Formats: sequence, C-alpha cells, structure tokens
Amino acid sequence: MPFIPHTEVDTEAMLREIGVANIENLFDEIPENLRVKALPPIPPSLTEMELTRLMKSRAAADSGLTSFIGAGAYEHHIPAAVWEVTSRGEFLTAYTPYQAEASQGTLQLLYEYQTMMASLMGLDVSNASLYEGATALAEAILMAVRANRRNTSHRIVIPQSVHPYYREVVKTIVSQLKIEIIELPFHPDTGQCDISSIASDFTALVIPQPNFFGQLEEVDALTDWAHEKNALVIGVVNPLAMSLIKPPGQWGKNGADIACGEGQPLGVPMASGGPYYGFLCCKKDWVRQLPGRIVGRTVDKDGKQGFVLTLQAREQHIRRAKATSNICTNQGLLVTASTIYMSLLGPMGLRQVALASHQNLRWLKDKIENLSGVKVLFSGTFFHEMVLQFSYSVTDIIEEMDKQQIAAGLSLEHFYPKLKNTLLVCVTETKSLEDLEQYVDCLQKTLAKFAESPFKKISGE
Amino acid sequence: MNSVPTKLKYSRTHEWIRQDDDVLTIGITDHAQTMLGDLVYVELPEPESNVELGHECAVVESVKAAADVYSPISGEVIEINEALLENPQLVNEDPYGKGWLFRVRPFENEHDFNKLLTAEQYTKQVASEAH
Amino acid sequence: MTEIIFELSSKGRLASAQIPPIKKMISDIPDKFLRKDTPMIPEMSELEVVRHFTRLSRKNFSIDTQFYPLGSCTMKYNPRGVHRLAMLDGFLQRHPLATEAHSQGYMASAYELQEILKTITGMTGVSLTPMAGAQGEFAGVAMIHAYHRSRNDLARNEILVPDAAHGTNPATAAQCGFKVREIPTDANGNVDLESLKKAVGPQTAGIMLTNPSTLGVFEQQIQEIANIVHTAGGLLYYDGANLNAILGKVRPGDMGFDVMHINLHKTFATPHGGGGPGGGPVAVNERLRPFLPMPIVAKEGERYRWLTIADCPQSIGRLSAFMGNAGIILRAYMYARLLGQEGMQRVAEFATLNANYLLTRLKKAGFTPAYATRRASHEFIITLKNEAKTLHITALDVAKRLLDYGFHAPTMYFPLLVPECLLIEPTETESKKVLDAFADTLIKILEEAKDNPALLQNAPHTLPVKRLDEVKAARDIDVVWHP
Repeated sequence: MPFIPHTEVDTEAMLREIGVANIENLFDEIPENLRVKALPPIPPSLTEMELTRLMKSRAAADSGLTSFIGAGAYEHHIPAAVWEVTSRGEFLTAYTPYQAEASQGTLQLLYEYQTMMASLMGLDVSNASLYEGATALAEAILMAVRANRRNTSHRIVIPQSVHPYYREVVKTIVSQLKIEIIELPFHPDTGQCDISSIASDFTALVIPQPNFFGQLEEVDALTDWAHEKNALVIGVVNPLAMSLIKPPGQWGKNGADIACGEGQPLGVPMASGGPYYGFLCCKKDWVRQLPGRIVGRTVDKDGKQGFVLTLQAREQHIRRAKATSNICTNQGLLVTASTIYMSLLGPMGLRQVALASHQNLRWLKDKIENLSGVKVLFSGTFFHEMVLQFSYSVTDIIEEMDKQQIAAGLSLEHFYPKLKNTLLVCVTETKSLEDLEQYVDCLQKTLAKFAESPFKKISGE
Repeated sequence: MNSVPTKLKYSRTHEWIRQDDDVLTIGITDHAQTMLGDLVYVELPEPESNVELGHECAVVESVKAAADVYSPISGEVIEINEALLENPQLVNEDPYGKGWLFRVRPFENEHDFNKLLTAEQYTKQVASEAH
Repeated sequence: MTEIIFELSSKGRLASAQIPPIKKMISDIPDKFLRKDTPMIPEMSELEVVRHFTRLSRKNFSIDTQFYPLGSCTMKYNPRGVHRLAMLDGFLQRHPLATEAHSQGYMASAYELQEILKTITGMTGVSLTPMAGAQGEFAGVAMIHAYHRSRNDLARNEILVPDAAHGTNPATAAQCGFKVREIPTDANGNVDLESLKKAVGPQTAGIMLTNPSTLGVFEQQIQEIANIVHTAGGLLYYDGANLNAILGKVRPGDMGFDVMHINLHKTFATPHGGGGPGGGPVAVNERLRPFLPMPIVAKEGERYRWLTIADCPQSIGRLSAFMGNAGIILRAYMYARLLGQEGMQRVAEFATLNANYLLTRLKKAGFTPAYATRRASHEFIITLKNEAKTLHITALDVAKRLLDYGFHAPTMYFPLLVPECLLIEPTETESKKVLDAFADTLIKILEEAKDNPALLQNAPHTLPVKRLDEVKAARDIDVVWHP
C-alpha cells in the first residue's frame, strides 16, 4: 500500500500495546450495519511508473495548439526559478501559518506579497489571497455592502463588460443574501460601459480595467460619478496590466475604494483552469472588513522583528456566524509563486511584459484590419485583447483554424447574443513573429476559403 | 477576583450601567475584559443613532475574540468614548472609569432600569458560569 | 534575520534574462490611461531573488521536514510523483476554455475522479468545482436552500450546527442567509438527542455534521439523528474534514447524509502550500442532484463533455470563473489511482491504528483524554486542564515547547468545548518510530513543566523568532512595508 510505512512487526506491536487483536476491532464503535462490506469497484492501484504512462498520454492528448484565447486566463512566460523555488517542500507541504514561530518563511513572504499587491493597486492594504478572480469580486461586493454606511440600498451596479463568468459567480453567491444586481449595458461602438440608464442610487459600482473585450474604461469619470452618489467603487483589474495602466487607487479624485481580480497572470500557469488566486485590496478605512487572512509585522519577546496572522477575530474560526467570510483555506502556494515572479521581473520587467503583449496584439490588429470578411469591433483603446467580427460563422472559423493547430480565440456569441460571429482574441509576449504571421496567414486562407463557398456567408452582417 | 462596584447596575451579558440623571453610561465589566484579554479594537455605535434593549450595539475585539456588546436599554446615543479608538486598552486598565463605551438617553426611564441586575446578583451569575 | 525584500532592492538592478525585448517603450495608449508612478516591487538580480526566497523557505516547518499532527487537517505525505505529473506541459499549458476536443485528457481524469468519489461516499452526483471545504459547504447549504425553495417550502430558515462544529459551518450558514441554532454535545461526545428533538421543526432547513465529529469520536447515533432531521423535513450536510477516519469503511450516503464535501487537501493528499490551495468537491444523493454547481464532466460514449447550466437548469450556478482548482483535481485523481481499491481501504485502518496507538501511549503516561472510554477515530483530544491548575502551564505552552523539539504542534483550543485541549491526528503515513518519539517528547515536556515551567512559558527558544506579540500586531496594524 503506497505511503503506509508499517511493517507487520510494527503493526503487531502497536495492536498489542492498544490491547486489541486486530485493526478491525478499532472500528467496533461503528454500528455494524453502517460498515461497508465490499466497496464497489474502483480501479486497482497503479505504480508511479504505470501512472506516469497513463498521465503522459492524457497530457499529450491535450497539447499541441498555439493558443490565442485570453478571457481571464493568460499565457505568460514564467521563469523556471519561480516553480523550482515554490515547489520546495518547505513551501509546498507547509500548512496555514497558525504557529507563527514555525512559519516565518511563509509569513514574511505573505507580508512582502501584501506590500507588492497593495502598491500595484495603488491602495493601502491587501489580504493574503482568496480563491480566484470571480469569487474575489463576490467577496468585494459583500465587503462593500458591509462597509458602506452612507448607502444601504444593497444595490450593486455591474457592467456587462465585466467577464460573464465573473457575473455568474457573483449571482450564485449574492443571491443567497438580499443584494440586488443592476447590469450596465455597453456602448455598441466603443465597448465601454454606458451609465445613462442608471437613475437610482446604489451601494457600489464595479468597474473592470481592462474590460472583458480588452477595452479600457473611462475609470476617472466613472469613479467620480459613483462617489458623488455616495457609492463605493470596486475595481476588477488585470494585475499585470496595472504595471502599465493607472491602477484603481489612482482613479478619479479620491481613488477607488476596493480593488480585486485574478492573480494568475503573475507567475501562475494556465493549468487547465486552476489553481489560481484572487487578490483583494482596499483603502485603510476598510481594513477590518477585509475577508481572508492578513499578515502583520510585529516583534517577539526579545524585540526581534517577526510576522503573524493578524485581525483574526474577524475570521470564521473565531467569529463563526458573524465572520466577514467563511473562507478558511486560501491559495497560499500560488501567492508564493506570484511573489517570486514579481520579484524576478521587477517593476520595469512587468511593464515590459505588458507592453510586449500589447504591441504584439497591435501588430496582429493592424494586419487583420487589412483582410476582408473580418473587422475589428470597438473603437476605444484596447489592451492586449480585441474583438473580431466575421462575415462568416465564427464556429466554422474556429474549427477551420483548429485544423492548423491554432486556437483562434473565444467565441462570444454564447455570452452576448447581440454580438454575432464575434471572437475575443488575446496575444501575449509569448507569441513570436512567426506565430503571429502564421495566425494571419491561416486566417486569410480560411476567409478566402469561406468567401468561395456560398454556404458559409452570413447575410446581413 | 474581578471587581463589581456596588453603585452600578449590570446586565446578564456583562455590561455595566451607571445612571446620572437622565443619562446612562455603559461599559463592559472587569470579568468581561479579563475573559477577552488585551483589547485591540473597539467599534462603537454612531452618535445620535438609536440602540435597542437586548440588541448588539458595539463590538469589542481582542486577539482571540470579537464579542458583541448588547445594549441594556433602549435609547439615543448621545456620546461615545472617542479615546478608545486610539487606546482600546483603557477598557482593560479601567473598565468602570476611563474605559466607558458610550452614553445613552433612554426612551423610557424607570421600568427597564429596574430590570437590571444588582452587583450581588451579577456576582452570583458570574460565579455560576464558572465550572 | 532575513531582511525584508524591499531592503535588498537596488534601483536599476534587473534579472534581464526574464524580460522580453520590445522595440520601443512608447505605446499608443493615451496618456490619461497610463500609470505614472512606480509600484513598490523590488529590483534584484535572479540570484538575489532565489537566495532570498530559498532562505525564507528554510524557516518553515512542513510535512517534508517535521511530523505535523494537526488535528482535523490530515497532514499526510504529499506524493511527489503526483505533483510532477500534474505539471506536465499538456495540462499546464492548456487554456481552461480550450475546446472539448483538446481537453479530453484532462476531462477523462476529472470524470474518473467524479466516479471514484461517488463510489466511496455512497452518493449519486458529484461536482468538483468548489475550491476548498468552505466553498463546498457554501455549495451544500445553497443546494439545501434551493431544494426547499423548489418545493415551495419557504419557512425553513434555520440551520442546526453542533456547538463543537468547525467555525466555517456557522459562517457558511450565515453567508447563505440562514439563522444558526446550536445543539449541545453530551458528556460522551455525541450530539444531545433530546435537545435535537426539541430544536427541529418546520423552520429546520438542515443540520451540518461531521462524523467522526470534531471531538475525534464516532457519532454513534447518526442514524437516529438522520431520522429526526429527515422526519422534520430537513436535510443532512456532512462536513468531510474527517473522512480520513472512515474512507472505504463507512459511506456518508449510507449514514443518511444528503450532501457532503470532501477536502482534497486533507483526505486526498494534495499539498497544503502554506495555506492553500485546497479542493472541496461536493457529493449528493438523488434528491439534490439537479442543484449541483457547474461545470460537471459528463461522458457520452467514449467522449467527454462539459455539462453547463443549459443542461442543468436548476443548478445553483457557477462557483468560479473556470472549473475550480483543476490542478488539485488532477492531483487527487492521481492519488486515488496510486491507492487503488485496496489502498483506499487501508488509509482509514492505519490512520485509526496510529491514532489509537498514540492515545494509548499518552494515556499510560498519565495524560487525560477528553473521552477516556471512547476509541480514537483518526484523531483524539487530550486536555491539559489539570496540568494547567497544578503546573500552571497551558496547552499553548506545551505546543510552543514541542516546536523546540522539532515537532509541529497539534491543533490547539479547538474544538472550543474542551478546555486546554490538543487535538492530535497522526495520519497513516507516519511510522511507529515517529509516534514513539512524539509521545516520549510530550512526556519529557511535562517533566520539564514540573521542574522549570518557565521553559514552557517562554518557548519556543530555538526557532527564528521567540513568542510574538500578537496584541501589538492587531493594535498597531502594520500589514504593508513602507520605506
């Protein structure tokens, strides 16, 4: 049996010490009728060698594509040192740092992370992570509802230009409580959010930057507008972009109150969807409302610097039903990787990754604008993602390019029924000139092929 | 032994009350602050807001607990102890004096106040809680 | 002492191998959108970064370096092969929204894990998406809520929770808009049935339980409890934190539970990583299957596909932007494949053997178990309340002194019911040698307490820091470094 070290000699000695004849006796308090007699079959055990063969073939089945899909999970180069160091046993197999003296490595790392993330967001404080971006947004909303004493309507305004899956998760979580979501439409020309339809007051406004379409929103005007209405402002942002783009703490006259989002772009691989981590930062007025763990610096009995989990009285293990959140386990390992990544890249490096990604997309956009049968949607300023609209079925386009081992992008029709035949395309610094030329070439050939076939053209577009 | 001044009244939930004319001063008892440990933060009600008998109106937070303070009376908050925002440990050092939490003008006077515990009754209650 | 990283930073220093070249620094983004200042992120060489974080790692206790008998956390060995295989390029580089045609490898693994979890829990439906136990609890309570609503049973606004429950239980119930009512525990560590009977009624949505309970003993009257709650119209939620005690031996579905979560980072050995990530898949019986959170993997013939909200209109919805902690799901799957049928049943046997052996050794040495007449499950509680009176040392003091001897302390002060308690869970991957060393050390520490209690009260002495001032940390809040 893998990982169980007991020899027969050990087992016998232990049973003797306890005073029972065999291990089954130790289960004698469990009612007989509950004991499983025969477990229905599950696959028999594999050795590590056999498992390796199986998993290698499964992994191979999923590889080989050059991917241009973004939509909340981004491919960036991760220096080897990041996961080499993160995979050290002392980081990988450590637990929650409740015994602070035995966890100074993790705790100091988290303090450094909190500093970097808060600063990246232009805000005062950060927590030590939540599960991922969408749940971080949900927690930010719950936090705003708790914190905003000046508007207790519990109405939250969320643009439709926020990631559709984020909005679904928010709905799942806030629908358990009496919180009303008001959706903001977007301008069909610019792809930016359109506040003209909002008449009522509200507790908080969510502003994405960039938004799901890759468009940059008018964050200053939106922030000031919300603050004038006594609402709090929650920025949901791409943290890598914030090395280049103005962060939430610097929006409008007074800055956004809360910033949240997905930390994956900073040193975490796409890894089929997770694990990632959510970040949550805020102005210092709201620090006691921050859910999740927070690390603080203090001193020990000898006056030496040390780190501890602090403000724990707000958490579930102490406050129970009145806790700021039910969260216990967070995403510590991913924060470890992210902190090492940020330290390796430095502020200039992060900026350069963001710029390289954007410039690569810009190159692609310029080439695509010259093709017929496709146009680039939305006239505003974009950042590293764009929306293309085709004169043909986008599903067919994706399928055709897939044959050339290219994942062309994400179809948006399912999420935005009015945006017919649209594709969200992302480019990062990982794409070489050859990759980009190949994309253009493949797309051009696909469009030409469909142009010839009378059945592919969609009328009226 | 924790002190229980005889001039004050008490609630079952470990608050003390002092009456001066039509104003009541409220705090938490010596027993309560001992159980909580060093206070790190106190969240007080808003001045001019109303508090309701038996309902949560404030929170006292230590490293190991965040306890609700229940209002022993219904009334309007007329003053809060702002010194506690910078120095929450005043509650530990002087729970019946400098560590007062807030002052209330009650809506109804005699009736509710007489339902509160005397020092003797409170001492008995605390003794029975210990086991 | 290791300096804080910002103190090691030097303006202009770069790890240039990691920075992508760009043709020009100017961008076409209008000025109003651009950031003007520089964020507080250090500027260092690659060696400096590697050295700093490697040094930090060496200040940590971990399963790889120390025995970690944290009750309720199941700190068993995290298999390295599993970690390496989860990081294979094909899995690591796959975008979560890749088409199904390019996801069959991952989906096959997820699907098979769903099936394995159904089998060992005795349930008929599984969703792998919740990312930790607390999120699994949220999903479970939300499903209970949805179930009652679907039957127009709208008066059910209360969730029952034993007073010994883990804090996430009442916190979750409150997050779902329920009132929480606590049920007392009797002297034998079981839920008090008489109180339970009085507490149930038309307002009862359900009860959240762990079995074995947080007190480390098996809830023997579980079938009566199930009967009482079901008769009143409520449902039963199983907190899977202690599944390691009964894996393959008892199935929560058979005990009468309607819904449960499994902690992959406990029972299925996925790495704890300094606080996470975890995995909290939920398993349900037929009654609750329509409400499972999305997405779920389905199999049609030989192909796998995602079930979405369109397929499952009554689903409580999505719990994450993608499909939860995919890498953790893969690791748990691989662990289950390494264990196989026989290995799966041995886990609980040896976890229970280890716990009972350690309990016996400590009892014989004069320690006081919380429930002296009960068997240990995979964990047990000893209370130091007598030692606190006679020797003036607390559970905290003993825990801190254990650190000096190179053992991570057990869980302290949980469950809240037992004063001065240590909740000890050795897990099945520890040998008799380690257990003996631990027991001998505890005995030695108690001897130290008789001669020199200050040794415990001032512990730890040999770690990077001594006891830390937590009051100062909470009063003078310093959570971000400033130059």
